[in-house]
Amino acid sequence: MSPTHSEAHSEAPSADAAAGPQPAATGRTVLDARDVSRALTRISHEILERNRGSSDLVLLGIPTRGVHLAERVAAKISEVEGNAIPVGSLDVTMYRDDLRMRPARTLMRTDVPTEGIDGRVVVLVDDVLFSGRTIRAALDAMNDLGRPQAVRLAVLVDRGHRELPIRADFVGKNLPTSLVEKVSVHLAEFDDEDSVAISTSATDEGVAN
Amino acid sequence: MKKHLLSAGDLSRDDAELILQTAEELRSLADRPIKKLPALRGRTIVNLFFEDSTRTRISFEAAAKRLSADVINFSAKGSSLSKGESLKDTALTLEAMGADAVVVRHWASGAPHLLANAGWSRSSVINAGDGTHEHPTQALLDAFTMWRHLGDLDGRRIAIVGDVLHSRVARSNALLLRTLGAEVTLVAPPTLLPYGVDGWGVETSYDLDGVLPKTDVVMMLRVQRERMNAAFFPTVREYSRRYGLDGRRMANLQDHTIVMHPGPMIRGMELTADVADSERSVIVEQVTNGVAVRMAVLYLLLGGSEPALGGAEPFETPRPSAPQGPLAPGGEE
Repeated sequence: MSPTHSEAHSEAPSADAAAGPQPAATGRTVLDARDVSRALTRISHEILERNRGSSDLVLLGIPTRGVHLAERVAAKISEVEGNAIPVGSLDVTMYRDDLRMRPARTLMRTDVPTEGIDGRVVVLVDDVLFSGRTIRAALDAMNDLGRPQAVRLAVLVDRGHRELPIRADFVGKNLPTSLVEKVSVHLAEFDDEDSVAISTSATDEGVAN
Repeated sequence: MKKHLLSAGDLSRDDAELILQTAEELRSLADRPIKKLPALRGRTIVNLFFEDSTRTRISFEAAAKRLSADVINFSAKGSSLSKGESLKDTALTLEAMGADAVVVRHWASGAPHLLANAGWSRSSVINAGDGTHEHPTQALLDAFTMWRHLGDLDGRRIAIVGDVLHSRVARSNALLLRTLGAEVTLVAPPTLLPYGVDGWGVETSYDLDGVLPKTDVVMMLRVQRERMNAAFFPTVREYSRRYGLDGRRMANLQDHTIVMHPGPMIRGMELTADVADSERSVIVEQVTNGVAVRMAVLYLLLGGSEPALGGAEPFETPRPSAPQGPLAPGGEE
């Protein structure tokens, strides 16, 4: 038990992404560390271009891996712009449409930057975009936090199979998958290295919805 | 899978830590513009109070409402409960209304247990204080408050001082804090220590001044005169001289030691005003934390398809001590 929550992150079951610390990459690696870094650099520049600078930007990561991606993107943006970008995290657990279908899930941290989100351009950041249900939940969760001027979506991987009318504004890699495949995102913050792998999972675990 | 919270002793260490971590995430809700989460939308929670309470009932009500549950308040006064309806008939009524959870406060030790296990209803039962037996959510909020101030409770020393005999708070705290690895010392006059306290797995002492310099937390208990049917100490003055916390005793505490009280407190009896208002006192914070902890309990019991608590095997709970004579309805938070 520890008042810091670094460990709790790893227990996040996220319907759109494989949860927990990933075992060493099995299956086919589609992005290695340099690919991940290049994708995030490109996303950072695209965000700046689209926003015409970094004014009013707020990045909100969806736990667990989205938060680390948001921090990295923010660091890259401030490298270019020279000013710090507010970063926060947004837990969507209680807003999920499948909350009642499983045992109560562990909550993750919601941490809104002190500037708030009212009137700002919020960029939601997640690792994998899949059914779109997590993003819907995130939009609902944000509704209770304030009223942004605009909301954009950045994801490291878009694996398709949307079940809701949701799309990403900034995509690291479009990855056509079949429903039986599993996309695992590894980040150096929890796993040994940065990589994205795709495997055919023997079990249903990690495959959302 | 457990669906009730009847005793702090039913919680495994994993359960307790999950509740504390969940409470920590929920605590920030109080600072947000919209203090509402949708997790229990459409669930009905009944507050069934056979005994007076302000703090606990309001705290449970706020917790349930912040999670979007529908809340129905039943109190003994002004309802059929005061006309002599039995607990069973009340339970059947609640079942017919479709309550998903019943938060029950009762003057008789064991009433929530009966409500949960008699097969009268399918609701989750949460014990909000039963007689002189248990008050698990109070223990959880106390542990949460300690955890926020001290970090991990493993090996921490906690002194619980005062009327342990009549205190459900003391029993629940002793059980929970032991689960969390803390070392608990109960400090009270011999007349106010319950029979069978040896089986609680805690230390006991009659000497407050000997315990204070080593302790990390001092929890003062209210002297529950409404439950007292005999002379447990000669005079109030003598009690507070020997077992009250005043400025002089507070000076002997370690720098990081916090002072707690479950409320309602009687200034001048168990602690003096300068202690209650000092920087060490976390009494007001306990109330704030109570809402977060109760939200965590309600969420974990009712939020999903099945309760998230009760993975591991709990240890044996000591049986409730026999009530000391007729129990007068009266409230302790």
